[in-house]
This record gives sequence, structure tokens and C-alpha cells, in this order.
Amino acid sequence: MAAVDIPAPTERAVAAQAFLRRRWLKSRYGLVAPALIIIGLFGILPLLIMVVYSFLEAGQYGGVVWNFSTDAYLSFLFQRDIFDGTLVFSPDYLVIYVRSIFLAVATTVICLALGFPTAYFMATRPPAQRTLWVFLITIPFWSNLLVRTLAVMLIIRDEGVINDILLWLGLIDKPIVMLYTNFAVMLGLLYSFLPFMVLPIYASLEKMDFRLVEAGFDLYATRGKVLRRIIIPLAKPGIIAGCLLVFIPAIGAYVTPLILGGGKHLMIGALIALQFGTSRNWPLGSAQALILMVGVLVALLFYVRTTTGKAQALHG
Amino acid sequence: MADVGISPRFRRPCHDGAGVGVEDLADIAAVEARGVVKVFGGGHDAVRALDNVSVAIRQNEFFTLLGPSGCGKTTLLRLIAGFEQPTAGEILLNGNPVEHLPPYQRAVNTVFQSYALFPHMSVAQNISFGLEMRGTAREKAAGVVEEMLGLVKLKGLGGRKPAQLSGGQQQRVALARALANHPEVLLLDEPLSALDLKLRQEMRSELKNLQRTTGITFIFVTHDQEEALTMSDRIAVMSKGQIQQLGAAIDIYERPVNRFVADFIGDTNFVEATVAGREGDYLRCRSAGGLDVLASPAANLSAAGAGAKVTLALRPEKITLKRGGETGTVAQSVYVGTDTNYEVRLADSLRLNVRVQNAVDGRAPFAVGDKVGIDVPAGAARMLQD
Repeated sequence: MAAVDIPAPTERAVAAQAFLRRRWLKSRYGLVAPALIIIGLFGILPLLIMVVYSFLEAGQYGGVVWNFSTDAYLSFLFQRDIFDGTLVFSPDYLVIYVRSIFLAVATTVICLALGFPTAYFMATRPPAQRTLWVFLITIPFWSNLLVRTLAVMLIIRDEGVINDILLWLGLIDKPIVMLYTNFAVMLGLLYSFLPFMVLPIYASLEKMDFRLVEAGFDLYATRGKVLRRIIIPLAKPGIIAGCLLVFIPAIGAYVTPLILGGGKHLMIGALIALQFGTSRNWPLGSAQALILMVGVLVALLFYVRTTTGKAQALHG
Repeated sequence: MADVGISPRFRRPCHDGAGVGVEDLADIAAVEARGVVKVFGGGHDAVRALDNVSVAIRQNEFFTLLGPSGCGKTTLLRLIAGFEQPTAGEILLNGNPVEHLPPYQRAVNTVFQSYALFPHMSVAQNISFGLEMRGTAREKAAGVVEEMLGLVKLKGLGGRKPAQLSGGQQQRVALARALANHPEVLLLDEPLSALDLKLRQEMRSELKNLQRTTGITFIFVTHDQEEALTMSDRIAVMSKGQIQQLGAAIDIYERPVNRFVADFIGDTNFVEATVAGREGDYLRCRSAGGLDVLASPAANLSAAGAGAKVTLALRPEKITLKRGGETGTVAQSVYVGTDTNYEVRLADSLRLNVRVQNAVDGRAPFAVGDKVGIDVPAGAARMLQD
């Protein structure tokens, strides 16, 4: 028999505790409130407006007419015949989407191919030098994206540095047309987004214990095997982060394709902007933006699911 | 032990086909370093990590490289493993030079100080990694993994990730991963330093048993003299990139050649003395405070004549204290369980540490302030080369 009777908590004590707990929770919400308000006001709310607008009719001079309609989504794939009003398949927008996806995927793949060795090089420098390399990688961020894109334009245009040098050397008779091509757009995207690939991969490689590489060599793994079986699996979080950070902004890129693609090689970003501007078709613009967003989200979920799932199946 | 089919290439790394017959193997050093020099960096910052090291490690030997940090022992190990290239000199495995071979073509495996287990692989995948890289069939490798897990007493843990294991278990996985390849030489880089005392003592005897049962040559790097003394067949004591003394544990402890070895291994009194003359195999030496001992001469000083100044090394436990003598006074007494350590003052310039075993009831036989006589058996004091 316990000698001491522990007094049952009185009602007041319980109430006081509950009050303290509520206040603590409140203070926690208080801390995230500014962020929640900003995201809600400038993220969620516009998104909801877009969802609503995408199901309305376009106004004559911009804006919307409050009649429910799925025309915006139908016109993504079909065109209404002017005479009999039937729907005819029209891939115009789809072509732009496919081109955007192709350019974004190609940019991501090339960024990875260039970024991984760069990050590996940086991570294997002595610690004092690494800071310098990270600093050098971030230098492009010092100037505006527009300025940097225009600089690329100056370099690759017909009278640009590259063509001038090649002409002067006598290697070519007439300038190579590089500006306003898919190549130009991709070059611009590559240049803009490469640091976003290098830095996350560097971050995960820097944390890696390079004795694991020695252990791999010690256990008869050749260089290639060490890379595939040890370094890449351990850098995977960085690789995934880098791919997302490049792919998502690349597929929705606006400034770069506009300047370097010259309107001939439209990407999704410019197409959407067009609907809100010249075309004055807000519902179509909203629908196109939402299709892009949902597409990217589904792709991401699929990507993350397969990569992590595979990793678990391999090493679980 | 299951045969894991070590290919001839790994059994005998010979680049020119001029290998040696198996019958000669016992005579040929498992690992030999010839005049090895390793310099890190250049110019003013150049560090001479190894300074003309030559050593032959025998087949099936438990060989220990012992020394303080920065003495070059780990560098020598890394040269043997192939992670570093010697600046000068040669490394031979079974009589064949291997400088040109990358680590993955050398029939040696390493147990790393921090284990370096692959965190993204299970224990079983870690252990089978080397076999897989050499193209061993999956079923055969699985068999070896089971056998190794049994050998290091980790049966049933093959599916875990290294992070889910304790330090001692990780240590065993690291051992199993290296041993699974049946290397000719196993390199161990301070493998026990991260374990707690009890575990360390357990692992010592396990390592020694493993070495005996597998018959693999072990090269063990440590800064812990007790580990070295208890496990090794032979020990190389290293300092400043050079081997100071090479020999069995008993040679190193009982007959240290120089001040560094005597000081680094165990506790030692250093006594500056003057040679009085030769008496049989010993030299009679006298020092301040009236200490008069028969010292065993160092090899190169056997001819030291009367009047020569020498340094003697004298182990605390070899000195006996006698009641009723007048040679010294007990200045300090420290109880350490099995023994009591006394500091006995003989003169202002000479204090000796003496270790006396405690009585059955644990009581210390002498007290601070007691006048004692000092008895040093003939040969207990050892003359040093420097």
C-alpha cells in the first residue's frame, strides 16, 4: 500500500494546465501566421480565382463573363469549327506543351551531366577552397536574369562574339544562325539554372564520407562501380533536389524563351502570358496554367514515388 | 571455411608473370616495405610521414604498428592498401612489387578506423560487396555472407542497416566485410578505438582468435600499447616516420632499445648513471642518491667503459622496497587496485616510481614518510642507446 496519497488534480489545476497548453499552441500558430497569411493571400487565393475563371466564358475585352463553360479546357486540344460548331482536334497548344517539356527535360539532363562533375570537383577540394568555389558558382546571381539573358543573346546572335570569331578565323563563310532557335532557348535555360543543379548536389556530396570511396576501392570496386554503387546513391537527395529545382522553373520559364526564342519558339510561360495580354482570353490562360501545374505535380509525385520506392526496394 | 574462389590474379598479384611457387610462400614476406619514404605536401610545408622504412611482415603473422598519432603508422598502412603512393621505395606483396596496382587489384582488405560501412546498404549487402565486385555468383556470395555473420556473431542481422547497429556490431560488420574476401593480408586501422573499454577487451581476444582460425596475415595499427602487447606476434614501434624497434611484445617491453620505446611502452624510470665497471654480463652503474645497480648493457654500448655516462630504464614493478633501509623516503603513495604506486625520493635529482603489489587485504605495505631500502635485481635496469 502506497503510504503517500497523491492528491487528485483539482479542477482549477486542470483548467490552468489546459489554458497554458492552449496559449502555447496559440503562440506556435502565432509564429507561422505571417507565412500562412502570405501564402494564403498571394498563393492559394489567386489559385482559387484561377480555378474559377478557367470554368467561365471570356469577356470581349478581357476579364470574364460569369457563365459556366468548359470551353477553355476543350480548346486546349480542340478547335470549334466556325461554321457548324463541331470540335476539330487541333494540336497547336499541345505542340507548345510538348516543346516546353522537351526543352525542360533536356535542360535538366544536361544540367545534371554538367553539374554533377562540377559538384564532385568542388566537394573534393580542401575545405578552405570549397567556400571559394561556392562563391564563384553564385556569381551569376549578382546580376538580373534579364541582363544575363540579353548577354547570351549578344554572344550567340549573327553578329555576336562567336560568329565574329569564327568568321574572322575563316572557319565559316556566313554566320551560323543560333539566336531564335530551340538551341538558343536551351542554352539560356541551361545557363540560368545550372547553379540550381550544382549547389544541392554539392551539399549532399560535401556531407559524404570519402572514406566510403576508399572502402569501395578496397573491396575491388573500379572507379565506375564506386561512382554507380556508392557516390551516386549517397548523392541522390541532392540529385533529386537539383532536378526539381531545374525542371520546374525551366518548364514555366518566361523571360528566356521570349528573348532567345524570339516568339517563334513559344514555351508555356509565354503562351499563358499571351492569353492574359494580347488574346484577352483569361479563362484559357487560367486553364493552361492549371494544366501545367497539375501536370508538373503529377510528374513530381510519380518521380519521387519511383525514385524513393526503388531506393527502398534496392536497399531495404 | 567455404572456398570463395579467389581468382589467381588476387591470390598472387604479379604483373610480369614471374611469380613464385607456392612451396616458397612461407619464406617470402607477406608484405615487405623497402626503404619507403612518403612526403606529403611540398616546399616549406612538406611533411616526411615515412622516413626510409624497411620492414618484412611474415606470413600468417599478427603484426602491429604501434606509435603515437602522427608517427606514420597509418600512412604505412595506406601505402600497403594502395590509397597512397610512396615517394620513394618499394612495397611488395608476397614478393611482388605493387606500387603500380590500384587498391582494387591488391589482395588486401582494410578495416577502417570509423568502419566506413556503406550507409545505404544492408549489413548483408555490405559484406557481399567485395564478392559482388569480383563477380562471385549470387548464391555463393549469400553463403559466404551467412558464414561471415556467424563468424562475427551477428547471425540474423543481415537485413539491418549499419545505422541500426551498435558501435560494436558495426565493428564486426566491418571485419566481416573485409574477411569475406579471404584477403591474404588484412589491414586494421585502429579498429577498436571507437569502442568502450569492456567491448575493446572482448574484441581483442576475438580478433586474435579470428587471426588464428583464418590464418590471414593481420597488420594492426594502434596507439594503444596494451592492445599491441596482448595481441601481436611482433610489434613495430614507430615514431617520427621511422621504426624505432621491431620485436615480440616481450622484447619491446623488457628490452627497449631507446628512450622513446621505453617511455612509450609502459611506465619507466629514467636514471642517469655512471658506469663503474663490468661484472659478468652486466655493467655496474651508480647514480645520485646512492643507487647502485647491475644493468644489462645495450647492444651497441656493451663496450662502455668505466666512467661512461649512460641512461638506464627501470620498470617500476621490477624494484623491490625493503623495510629498514635508508636509501629513500616514500614521498607519495597512490592506490591503484591491484597495486600501490609509490614515489620514492632518493636524492633531489632522483625520484623513482615503484609499483608494489598490495597485500591480501588490499592494505598498502608502506606509508608516506617511511624510510625504505631499494633492491634492484641484476639486469632489471636496462641501458638505453641514447
